[in-house]
Amino acid sequence: MAFLKFNNPAVVVAAACLLCACQRQHRDIRPAPASLAIYGGAAPEDALRPGGPVNPQPVVNNPYNASAYDISEGARLFQWYNCAGCHANGGGGIGPPLIKQHWIYGGEPANLFDTIVKGRPNGMPTWGGRIPAYQIWEIVAYVRSLNGEQPRSATAARQDTIQQNPQTIVNRTNGQTK
Amino acid sequence: MMRLLPRFTCLALSLLLSACITNKQSAIDPAGAQADRISTLWWSFFWLLGTIFIIVMIMTVLTLTRRRRGFEQEPLAQRHKASDETEHRLRRTITACTITSIVILFVLIFASVGTGRSNAEFHTAPNQLTIQVTGTQWWWQIQYMNSDATRNLATANEIHIPVGRPVHIVGVSNDVIHSFWVPNLNGKRDLIPSRVTDEWIEADHPGAFRGQCAEFCGLQHAHMAIWVIAEPEDRFQAWFRNQLQPAVAPSTPDLQQGQQVFLNHECIFCHQIRGTTAGGQSAPDLTHFGSRRGIAANTLPNTKGNLAGWILDPQSIKPGNHMATVEVSSTDLHPLIDYLESLK
Repeated sequence: MAFLKFNNPAVVVAAACLLCACQRQHRDIRPAPASLAIYGGAAPEDALRPGGPVNPQPVVNNPYNASAYDISEGARLFQWYNCAGCHANGGGGIGPPLIKQHWIYGGEPANLFDTIVKGRPNGMPTWGGRIPAYQIWEIVAYVRSLNGEQPRSATAARQDTIQQNPQTIVNRTNGQTK
Repeated sequence: MMRLLPRFTCLALSLLLSACITNKQSAIDPAGAQADRISTLWWSFFWLLGTIFIIVMIMTVLTLTRRRRGFEQEPLAQRHKASDETEHRLRRTITACTITSIVILFVLIFASVGTGRSNAEFHTAPNQLTIQVTGTQWWWQIQYMNSDATRNLATANEIHIPVGRPVHIVGVSNDVIHSFWVPNLNGKRDLIPSRVTDEWIEADHPGAFRGQCAEFCGLQHAHMAIWVIAEPEDRFQAWFRNQLQPAVAPSTPDLQQGQQVFLNHECIFCHQIRGTTAGGQSAPDLTHFGSRRGIAANTLPNTKGNLAGWILDPQSIKPGNHMATVEVSSTDLHPLIDYLESLK
């Protein structure tokens, strides 16, 4: 069993490869029905007040938080469902920009999910029941990645569309994402 | 010898069987001028290189088995010292072989480049058909181009062409590099994002020719097939006229319910059925879905059972594909399938 000694470079390389495999990200290409059924009431509007919510709201985590595959799927769906038609590639046009810090209806994952599901006055259509909920969560993950609210390790180093100015968009995750 | 007999029988039988398979995806079963050239090139390579291989093998065996006369009697010191005459003969032989090899290689290069050039020649036949093929993860978007915009036709995963008319394939891609390859008709042509590539095909007899993406393009690259169906001119025209029509209106209550299921589900955000409000552009056009041979880029034959499986759980058939998992209730499923299959 001499070849299994730790001074054998092949063993060290093999061990390193094995350790890397622990970090391999899971691709949820077949979402379970449970994650499909998160509808409505995630973020009630009556909690929204100027200056922030009065009562602390329970934090709803995006099931696809920090998942590189789902963020890239969100980017694809953002084009497929023509979100870009109004919001451009995050810069805004007919609709408001999505690269910003102050959101009318809240910028938390649950608020974004709710905005997409229910629609909002002055043009945002209702997408609930029109596109599957897991895809809405993927779009939420992508929109938050535009604002640097997804870890660097999960987002594309270079966007296919506009490049954000790294001086204005800093990574705001501080190691914590939701 | 008796021990090997069953193996030889098996081999001979399988060779015979493979010869029986006709009309399959094969570059040496040409169905058009372009594929003819490729096939001729292939067989000339095969016979020329096969002959050379056999000559080299015979020479090697001869060299290994022939015993040099008087070899054993030569003293060790003289073994490597060739006579002037031997040296001369050796030099002549090597020079001749080198020159022959260079000549043969040049002949092969010219034959190969010549075939490529004649296949890539830009045709301008007045009656030629122009079809834009867009490679998409993981299906083929087909658009028949026409100067008259009302005769532009969108379909997917199946091309019908008239026999004896040159067809200009305009290749583009939506996402990554794909490659259009129908071996019975022509060689591979890459479809590259933000570029346009051209290829010509021309079938000389009717038939159905299978093609396949030939450039690795992601998870479901292996399940990205296309059929090219060559038909006589009149049948092609009939097919084309039918395809230009909007989808048939549902005639029975069952089909009407099926249409409502389609229109009230997520389907319409990606799929188009001309003649209804479904106008999605990011997935295959389903206006004449029932007339097509296969589903899911010809992964499965187009049957009701396969369609049910595909709608309910597309990710189990083609893991990673872009068809969304949609919840369809059991009472809605059958009308939906009946409706889709009625779209002839």
